[in-house]
Amino acid sequence: MRKASKRWFIVFVMPTLAAFSIAFLIPFFMGLYLSFCEFRTVSDARFVGIQNYIRAFSDNGDFINALWFTVKFTFVAVILINVIAFLLALMLTKRIRGTNLFRTVFFMPNLIGGIVLGYIWQLIINGILFNYGYSIISNSSFGYWGLVALSSWQMIGYMMIIYIAGIQNISNAILEAARVDGASPFRILRSIIIPSVMPSITICLFLTITNSFKLFDQNLALTAGAPSKQTQMLALDIYNTFYGRVGYEGVGQAKAVVFFVLVAVVALMQLYLTRSREVEN
Amino acid sequence: MSKKIISLILSVIIVFSLMMLAGCGDNGSNEVYFLNFKPESADVYREIAKKYEQETGVSVKVVTAAANTYEQTLKSEIAKSSAPTIFQVNGPIGYQSWKDYCLNIENSDFAKLLSDQSLAIKGSDGNGIYAVPYVVEGYGIIYNNAIMKKYFALKNRATTIKSADEIINFETLKSVVEDMTAHKNELGIRGVFASTSLSAGEDWRWQTHLLNVPLYYEFMGSEDYKDPTIAGLNAKEIAFRYSKNYRNLFDLYINNSISEKGILGSKSTSDSMAEFALGSVAMVQNGNWAWSQIKDVKGNTVNENDIKFLPLYTGIDGEEKQGLCIGTENYFAINKNATEDQQKKSLDFLNWLFTSKTGKDYVTNKLDFITPFNSFSDDELPKDPLAREVVRYMNDETKQTVPWIFTSFPSDVFKTEVGGSLLQYVQGNNKYEDVEQKVKSMWKSERK
Repeated sequence: MRKASKRWFIVFVMPTLAAFSIAFLIPFFMGLYLSFCEFRTVSDARFVGIQNYIRAFSDNGDFINALWFTVKFTFVAVILINVIAFLLALMLTKRIRGTNLFRTVFFMPNLIGGIVLGYIWQLIINGILFNYGYSIISNSSFGYWGLVALSSWQMIGYMMIIYIAGIQNISNAILEAARVDGASPFRILRSIIIPSVMPSITICLFLTITNSFKLFDQNLALTAGAPSKQTQMLALDIYNTFYGRVGYEGVGQAKAVVFFVLVAVVALMQLYLTRSREVEN
Repeated sequence: MSKKIISLILSVIIVFSLMMLAGCGDNGSNEVYFLNFKPESADVYREIAKKYEQETGVSVKVVTAAANTYEQTLKSEIAKSSAPTIFQVNGPIGYQSWKDYCLNIENSDFAKLLSDQSLAIKGSDGNGIYAVPYVVEGYGIIYNNAIMKKYFALKNRATTIKSADEIINFETLKSVVEDMTAHKNELGIRGVFASTSLSAGEDWRWQTHLLNVPLYYEFMGSEDYKDPTIAGLNAKEIAFRYSKNYRNLFDLYINNSISEKGILGSKSTSDSMAEFALGSVAMVQNGNWAWSQIKDVKGNTVNENDIKFLPLYTGIDGEEKQGLCIGTENYFAINKNATEDQQKKSLDFLNWLFTSKTGKDYVTNKLDFITPFNSFSDDELPKDPLAREVVRYMNDETKQTVPWIFTSFPSDVFKTEVGGSLLQYVQGNNKYEDVEQKVKSMWKSERK
């Protein structure tokens, strides 16, 4: 048996390994190398050292501005999405009529792609602002809150489903016992429900943080960074640097590497922090 | 046993589908690969390619980049093993970024078609021909003469001139436009000018085309260079001496517009052209390429004979003689890294397009190009009204054509930054002085 699996190992692993290498490993290491190069197209690169990294931060304030805007956005969006999703999950596990309908409705926005959502929300927000002689790019705070509303609307449903699964997993016996002992609903929430759904919280926080950091399509469709790049997030800034400016391809690549490290560090830190609070059911 | 067979079949399927994946999109049988810049002509080029294959047996692959994504598309396409053999550079600045890929075509028949060899892009040392312009275009203020006639028939108008032909400087333009705004209900329009579109990627009519006029006059005044484009290419800094004039016309646009200032940031060029086509406005700044956009709008009310051009008057001394802005930013280049056979076939294709009877018919009647080639006679000009107007201005001895000196603007970033500050100015977030400052500082920092 062992022998057979060894013999078949290569056949079964090869396709996936090849796909993984072609679509991920090779581009990743190529990208890493290219971030130290000056190039116009990816096939004719010239090594220049860390110059690109210096230029990414020093040439203009775009990268820092985008970073700051992204952090502000992520902070607000992650809190809003998780709090609302959790409250919805609590409500929809209370056995009220039409629970399934509500769950479906809240989940639906997740099935629409980012670009489409971006344009839909642009229409909605502009439709309101036009009445007052403004548009979504009149002021950067319109774009900011528009983006927060959009991504909340899109991601809440998905997170809600994860929380619902977590809450349903809590054994009824514990809840019964707590009630018999006279615990208030708030006490039950704080001491039983939240600790028990800690694994769900870990997953949801991870998903929302990384998704918010990496947000691209919604940003592009909603405001495209206007006015004057004030609503430009990191991913869009990287894209614009790489494709929008001749001679800045390497700088864009360097920004992308910095971006990758940043997202990885933030996500790992969050995983470590929330994991340590998880309890066994 | 059967399980083994199933797993074998499955893995074979996986391996095959991977191979299919790697192989698709790259059939390698195309001898000429043309990366088209003009999305509005995508269908015509496909038709031309089919026709060419029927006539000569040489297959031509046409790929069109979506609007405003040409540089991105070219950047990724040219890195492939089957790279474009014919691509486009947008003037001397564009040539600088792609010079490693441009073939010297000095001795080709195609380059010799140019009636004026000085129009071609030469190498950095002034020798060779690396890119050839293929279309001449003109822009100005397009106006709907039907509405203008209605205005000049008004009894209570405040101006004294009798027709739109008499608008020959900024002063008359301004008085007519402002009086038209006052009478807009009687004229049945919602504003004199179409929306000054300022959304991302839609602001080129102002940060490139309109800015061409004041900077042209500035470079004309250069003591070191006779040719304003060369002066522009060599200008490390600019004084933006005619900034006030730039503002004159821009303010006239936004103060007499169909749209409120606050919503201009969400308008696109096609919105403006639709407003013009539906007769809601009397004027719009654009070029002769916009005819297809006007004509194809559903419910178009503009009569072909009523559509005319005015030059961009900004209040500069002597502008009575100024004509339209006429020039080109469309240059064909041949990929140096393509095989010799591909290069030859690509040149043959271009030659066929601009010299054969079939090719010329497509160029004049379907693509509506005014070409700079000597293979076209005077009666082989496009029939559309705007192109005819451009030709009329070109042939008018009393008018001085303004060349497209914006091909010397330092970079796309310069243009987008200026566009961004125009938007901020329109929305009241900053003053005009900031726009002026931006033009000067961006020119300096982008021209390294």
